[in-house]
Amino acid sequence: MGFKLLSFRGGTRPPGNKHFTKNKNIEKAKVPALVYIPLKQHVGAPCEAVVKPGDQVKMGQVIGKQMGFISVPIHSSVSGKVKSIIPFPIPQGNKEMTVVIENDGLDTLDDSIKPRDINALSADEIRNIILDAGIVGLGSATFPTHVKLSPPADKHIDTVILNGAECESYLTTDDRIMIEQADEVVAGLRVIMGVLDVKMGYIGIESNKPEAIAAIEKVIGNESNIRVKVLKDKYPQGCERKLIETITGRQIPSGGLPMDVGVIVNNVGTAAQIYKSIITGMPLIEKVITVSGRGVENPRNLLVRIGTLLEDLIDDCGGYAGDPGKVIIGGPMMGMAQHSLEVPVTKCVSGIVVLPKEEVKDEEILPCIRCGKCVEVCPIHLMPLHISAYSLKGDYESCKKFNALDCVECGSCSYICPAKRPLQHSIKVAKEAIIAENKGKASGDQ
Amino acid sequence: MLNDILMPIVSLGGISLVFGAGLAFASHKFAIKVDHRVDEVREVLPGANCGACGYPGCDAFATAVVVGDAPVSGCTVGGAKVAEKVGAIMGQTVTETEKKVAKVLCNGDCESAKNKYEYQGVEDCVAAAMFHGGPKECNYGCMGLGTCVRACPFDALYINDKGIAVVDEEKCTGCEICVSVCPKNIIEMIPVSSQVQVMCKSEDKGRDVRKYCTVGCIACKICEKACEYDAIKVNDNIARIDYEKCVNCMVCAEKCPTKSIYADFDNRDPKFIKSADKN
Repeated sequence: MGFKLLSFRGGTRPPGNKHFTKNKNIEKAKVPALVYIPLKQHVGAPCEAVVKPGDQVKMGQVIGKQMGFISVPIHSSVSGKVKSIIPFPIPQGNKEMTVVIENDGLDTLDDSIKPRDINALSADEIRNIILDAGIVGLGSATFPTHVKLSPPADKHIDTVILNGAECESYLTTDDRIMIEQADEVVAGLRVIMGVLDVKMGYIGIESNKPEAIAAIEKVIGNESNIRVKVLKDKYPQGCERKLIETITGRQIPSGGLPMDVGVIVNNVGTAAQIYKSIITGMPLIEKVITVSGRGVENPRNLLVRIGTLLEDLIDDCGGYAGDPGKVIIGGPMMGMAQHSLEVPVTKCVSGIVVLPKEEVKDEEILPCIRCGKCVEVCPIHLMPLHISAYSLKGDYESCKKFNALDCVECGSCSYICPAKRPLQHSIKVAKEAIIAENKGKASGDQ
Repeated sequence: MLNDILMPIVSLGGISLVFGAGLAFASHKFAIKVDHRVDEVREVLPGANCGACGYPGCDAFATAVVVGDAPVSGCTVGGAKVAEKVGAIMGQTVTETEKKVAKVLCNGDCESAKNKYEYQGVEDCVAAAMFHGGPKECNYGCMGLGTCVRACPFDALYINDKGIAVVDEEKCTGCEICVSVCPKNIIEMIPVSSQVQVMCKSEDKGRDVRKYCTVGCIACKICEKACEYDAIKVNDNIARIDYEKCVNCMVCAEKCPTKSIYADFDNRDPKFIKSADKN
């Protein structure tokens, strides 16, 4: 491209490694005989089970009731019989109550699932449909979408951005969604803009996805209020704060939210899901997931039912290629390594990366040489070396002064550090300590 | 000539008299009354400034005691001795409480407890616990990354050669800082006279404990049945000792099938050795 690509100051470019799955169509994954559906797959309060062992459930039926405003219901992804409700590990590492369903293989639809006419719906009706469909941010943050689409009255929203940057290495989920479901993505954006009564919508896509850019631009055609913004291929371009800054030039204040600068950001996958759920009536029960890395025999882009175990997915991709070193849910920069494959796919999973043993190194941690690389790459312009040093000494007060809470945990500092210091990890320790202290203070005040 | 000497002496002397009088007046008028007991209390405190009493140091604690905000026995580090001295200064009699020392209640070292993954990251238990609850398969196990060791102001903890934190009872002053920093909550305060402790805090079911640890409490209740003094009870899948009732007969430790109960057999009271032989 001849013109200068949009970007931000800071950031880094780890090897993309997207070639494994970039050109592979989204295929349906095998539906397993048993699905494990956790009752907490979103940010907010966990659901309460509304089925009990022995109950017959249908595909798309509500099995977990929403508890509170920041919460969404959970649906069955298959039809069959509830086997048990047990505590089961989830990708974040802890155990949550999980509904285990024996799949009868019939995929009998729940009666509530009916197609709708999108033009006949009001904004509030659409919000309710989004809530009832259990839609959360599918980029992996899993924040309930209906909450995002209900900004407080004092916040004036004038821009909606769809995040199609997908700056994480290996993952091609959003790339494939934009190529194969361009109509749904753009239609979803129109729905979001309609609900928020916003006139301007952008879709931010990194320049390494020319096919997706072409597909989306073709759908948009001459429409003047929706634009594709081509972004520089750089990590973490998909970070909400950086995306807003790059596209609109607005900076979110420390501790603020996108709505403070009049912007709402959604993932492209979320937009497509919103449109599909409205049209078909089908809630969020399946997700596009990239299974990639040199450690897996046949990397693929799969449409996976929520509740499928990781081991079933790895089997579906031909099993391991050689000895696995690390299995990561999410991308290698921000994902979470797993110690067991008995973990179900939840709404937060956008990819599984298997690294072979030879790619996983246990690097020796050396002293900081004050090279300043971490300061250079930090997209939030923090000083990771100082925050980390204070955190390791347990001086969380000083971490706070250095704005540790503004860290977005992108891991660029840890990636670039020549001494291989665990910068991001130690900053996270400080963040959790500060948050815990603030919480303690808040409850003490009451 | 005489005037040249006399005038400065008179004028300077006059000025100094005026200032002297002013200062004397001010020192009486604006005097801050310091309770001499604060200094006395401060004098008998250990002076470690550890903060275990809940005050920002020994000075603050001494002030709080004299004002009446803190109890005379508030210094856990000084224990009974210091409490007695502080009590004498404050004119209060101190009821004697037994000194307690910290103990890490986990025996699941690298030989007996399994790991679920290999940990790479910040050498700190809190940091490790953020990833799936830490590398140990058991959620109640000591990870041995030394958060308590670094937190102890008295150098009373160390990681043993098998990767478990151990308290040096001689050095432990009972300040409880390690108890508060351990992310697994497996450090407890134990009376010094206690010779028997359950070295496990796992509330998992016995079947699960057996899967990943050979020395964990499996809640079989054999100890509960064996105890003649009603001093050990199994609740929430874990045996707990009531140190008030325990007489250190050590029968529970003998009967425990997984040897998860520690007992100081070398110093066992001879009368209990006999009764055990009879059985």
